[in-house]
Amino acid sequence: MKRRDKEMVMDGETIERALLRITHEILERNQGVKDLVLIGIRTGGVYLAERIREKIDQIEKVRVPSGIIDITLYRDDFAIGLPRPLVGKTEIPFPLRDKRVVLVDDVLYTGRTVRAAMDALIDFGRPQVIQLAVLIDRGHRELPIQADYVGKKIVTAAQDEVTVLFREVDGQDRVIIQEKIP
Amino acid sequence: MADEQSRVAARPLSDKPTLRLSGKDILGIREMSVREIELILDTAESFKEVSAREIKKVPTLRGKTVINLFFEASTRTRTSFEIAAKRLSADTINISASSSSVVKGETLIDTAKNLEAMNPDCIVIRHSASGAPHLLARLMRVPVINAGDGAHEHPTQALLDLFTVREKRGRLAGLNVAIVGDILHSRVARSNIHGFTKMGAEVHLAGPQTMRPAEVERLGVRWHMSLREVIPRADVIMMLRIQLERQGGGFFPTLREYSRFFGLNLELLKAAKPEVLIMHPGPMNRGVEISPEVADGPFSVILDQVSNGVAVRMALLYLLVGGERESDRSSP
Repeated sequence: MKRRDKEMVMDGETIERALLRITHEILERNQGVKDLVLIGIRTGGVYLAERIREKIDQIEKVRVPSGIIDITLYRDDFAIGLPRPLVGKTEIPFPLRDKRVVLVDDVLYTGRTVRAAMDALIDFGRPQVIQLAVLIDRGHRELPIQADYVGKKIVTAAQDEVTVLFREVDGQDRVIIQEKIP
Repeated sequence: MADEQSRVAARPLSDKPTLRLSGKDILGIREMSVREIELILDTAESFKEVSAREIKKVPTLRGKTVINLFFEASTRTRTSFEIAAKRLSADTINISASSSSVVKGETLIDTAKNLEAMNPDCIVIRHSASGAPHLLARLMRVPVINAGDGAHEHPTQALLDLFTVREKRGRLAGLNVAIVGDILHSRVARSNIHGFTKMGAEVHLAGPQTMRPAEVERLGVRWHMSLREVIPRADVIMMLRIQLERQGGGFFPTLREYSRFFGLNLELLKAAKPEVLIMHPGPMNRGVEISPEVADGPFSVILDQVSNGVAVRMALLYLLVGGERESDRSSP
């Protein structure tokens, strides 16, 4: 399946500004860092959660606990028999009971990943509250899921592919929309 | 822009590479490729974490049925498979030969066909006849996992042994692995020989000459006349259970003599490498092939083997069960 770049939606600077705003919004809505925990959804959410954590540290001088969740085992499409992605490790080395969890992901689309993530999270303890922070909300929800913090809302066609590049692995920060070419 | 285009276009559809096992069954290590073994070991790492949680369950195989068809007695392996399936939310059924219609003379083939009519999603079979799992795998549409067939193979044991060594030492290639005991009758030895040599380790065997398989060097291993010989260079020493019933078979004079020549004790371990790993597939004959001090000592990873066994079996069930149809990917 070939893909062609259609549009660059966010560049490195825009992404950083959005993350800074999201960080401030998180701190505002949760009135500080008390009980605050960041959980990144593999893989994109992990880098973003780490950056938000850094920013919170710069602002509040506190390193909030952070974890990683892999939702592969909680997907709702396992029974259909799709090719199996490699299962990554979930790393949540603390109980989540009574914590204020901010789930972080790169792209919010149908909402199924977040649904799976919440199922997984609740197995680690009953959080006080779960909030969702995403870099991109591209619409087309298939479940009643919403983000509390959004970097940018974009309009996409269902056939489009939204790709987020991270300087940690791709050498640059960028959000691009690609379309599939037949 | 053109460069970026080609690099971005080369990126897979999802962040994660998609990998699968080559066949629908796990029958033996001999037929497996290095990549498949690595996939299983990598997957098992993630499942190990599930067993460390407070709620040791993930919904992945919810509604699936795994049948444990054990024609030979086993507590350890069967329990391990049962726990693995249950932690994946699957339903398990245990059938042991003595309490089934096999006693009434039903053949393996009929047993299998009857089971298949009830729509299971996976069969785990242990049988005293080599090749029984292969027969089942040919006849049945569902995945079949060999939990030990005769003296042929015990692939899941070898996989958990590989996992344990890899976890402790960070690698498998270049390691020196000694397997000691009744090699002739041991399916664990055979599977481990295939497994460790495939992954680049050097395998050395030691045991009574009466228990040495003919032409065993053809498997790419070295045979040694004594336990003492293999200890100094070994990174791993795997002791095999000596079956007490073999005493009468003329393989060695007495258990005491066997223990004297091929039993592992602390005194002998003084000549071993400082980070040597002591392994045993279980159940152990304390004081025969392995002394209690060694079994319970600091070099022993025997209990790690057991907990890793659950993780490896979870990985296998996850990779095998669930169908292989190609369809559109579900969206995030």
